[in-house]
Amino acid sequence: MKNKKLNSLMASPYLIWSIAFIIIPLLMVFYYGLTDKDGSFTFENITAITTPEHMKALGIALLLSLISTVICLLLAYPLAMILANMNGNKDRFIVLIFILPMWMNFLLRTLAWQTLLERSGVINQVLEFLHLPALEIINTPYAIILGMVYNFLPFMILPIYNVLNKIDRNVINAAKDLGANNVRTFLSITLPLSVPGIISGITMVFVPALTTFIISNLLGGSKILLIGNVIEQEFLQTSNWHLGSGLSMVLMLFIIISMIITAIFDKDGEGSAL
Amino acid sequence: MKKIVSLLLSVAICAMVLSACGSSGGENGVVYVYNWGEYIDPETIEMFEEETGIDVIYEEYETNEIMYPKIEAGAANYDVVCPSDYMIQKMIENDLLQELNWDNIPNASNIGDQYYEQSEQFDPGNKYSVPYCWGTVGILYNKTMVDEPITSWSVLWDEKYENNILMQDSVRDAFMVALKLNGHSMNTLDETELQEAKDLLIEQKPLVQAYVVDQVRDKMIGGEAAIGVIYSGEAIYTQRENPDLVYVIPDEGTNVWIDSWCILKDAENVENAEKFIDFMCRPEIALMNFEYITYSTPNDAAKELIEDEDIRNSDIAFPDLSQYNNLETFQYLGDKGDEVYNNLWKEIKAE
Repeated sequence: MKNKKLNSLMASPYLIWSIAFIIIPLLMVFYYGLTDKDGSFTFENITAITTPEHMKALGIALLLSLISTVICLLLAYPLAMILANMNGNKDRFIVLIFILPMWMNFLLRTLAWQTLLERSGVINQVLEFLHLPALEIINTPYAIILGMVYNFLPFMILPIYNVLNKIDRNVINAAKDLGANNVRTFLSITLPLSVPGIISGITMVFVPALTTFIISNLLGGSKILLIGNVIEQEFLQTSNWHLGSGLSMVLMLFIIISMIITAIFDKDGEGSAL
Repeated sequence: MKKIVSLLLSVAICAMVLSACGSSGGENGVVYVYNWGEYIDPETIEMFEEETGIDVIYEEYETNEIMYPKIEAGAANYDVVCPSDYMIQKMIENDLLQELNWDNIPNASNIGDQYYEQSEQFDPGNKYSVPYCWGTVGILYNKTMVDEPITSWSVLWDEKYENNILMQDSVRDAFMVALKLNGHSMNTLDETELQEAKDLLIEQKPLVQAYVVDQVRDKMIGGEAAIGVIYSGEAIYTQRENPDLVYVIPDEGTNVWIDSWCILKDAENVENAEKFIDFMCRPEIALMNFEYITYSTPNDAAKELIEDEDIRNSDIAFPDLSQYNNLETFQYLGDKGDEVYNNLWKEIKAE
């Protein structure tokens, strides 16, 4: 009995934290999203997603974040396999190198890409010096995808690496003992066992990529409107918090869907252990 | 044991936060100031604190539109703000400002009469605002990257400069350019005029390298683009950094804006707010601020003190506005009007 009380006492800071910074803000988003300027109930802010501008912004955001997620997965999986197969402390060191940039501010890293990619930026100066054609991707969707992949790649590597690392060597050896070649072992053993990591990596890349507005602002030159930019502008420029909240609720739907998928595939929470 | 320590720690932190909230600041109280980013010489604030014993709590915003909801919601108890013309009008209409007691701001007489006259457009009778900075919006171009001297907004639609144009990423400024080019008022609510302007801006979009606000300054200095739409206050600074840059006010006319000090209706430290505004209107303080931020000062007495003759007589810092046609100041168009503009802008950006 005493122990139980103690436990709930210990948990109270987290409870207060989640009420103050998760539940109450969420309720406020719902309140704003479901009311108009006079405070009366309406669905208008949610159905506003169907206007051509909003649909287009949502469509581009979905497309770009999907492409980035696929690229992240293709880059991260082989790397995670290499890391998991390394012995000793070497793999930890390489993982550290991948996490290192994350110690710097996200905004600064994205700004740095702007300076790198600019017409007279560092990359183009090097290319010019080597008499190679200039790279002109700043302010295009390609630069946005590059920014997304760069910023979110560690979130794909780590969960996959974690899962692969936990696979029992004996299972793989058993497969080989029974005559499976490398491809067969990978397809029937490694890949199915790493699905939880893949799924949680996909969610952790897809969700922030779908909602970003800073990457498209800085690397897209504000020429490409993502749904995140629309919401940002409703809050900061237009100060129409009702519409902004309504659109956020629509976006939440996509996030909830991806969370459900994660929950189905990653029942033991293996992949989410960062 | 660990738990007791952490409990004690959290109690201590709470106590510290509470005591910080309850403190009354300097010996003569505090004043809460909410101003544009990089819009004051920080040294002037220190001088004010030293002289008056009033603590200045200073915060910054990036646009009028970010500032407004914070004030309206009453989330922060600011005393002094520095909005632009049309926003002052909006705040007066929504009863967020209080009338100034001019007797307590004697240095306000250093501000030139013509600026008070101009203020009448948004603050009839000069009851609420003391001009702090003013300027125009124009074209900044890199003379090594263009073929001819630029005099018209139409250059922003010239296909020669595809991918070499920087536009302002704010509704009213972007529409101002298109409306002026078409010969209309930038405060119009006429549907066909606005549709025409929207079509024009959509037509321009493929030529635009990026829509930017503050970044136009660094991009132009770095030679990233040939032509940019910019506030005149940035022109002196950018020219100092890159002598190839030239600032012009286009023939079709432009926006003449004023940012002014105002005291909020709910201000708790009115007396200190008056002292702060009065201090900022002193000629030598206004001069310090002018030299730091390079935005034109309406303080005639400060202008007299400028030692560098080139700057005192500069057409950029102090243009003779009577030479230009179709100059206008933004007006508040009402919530409905704002909505019309915002929706059209969203259509352009989504294109």
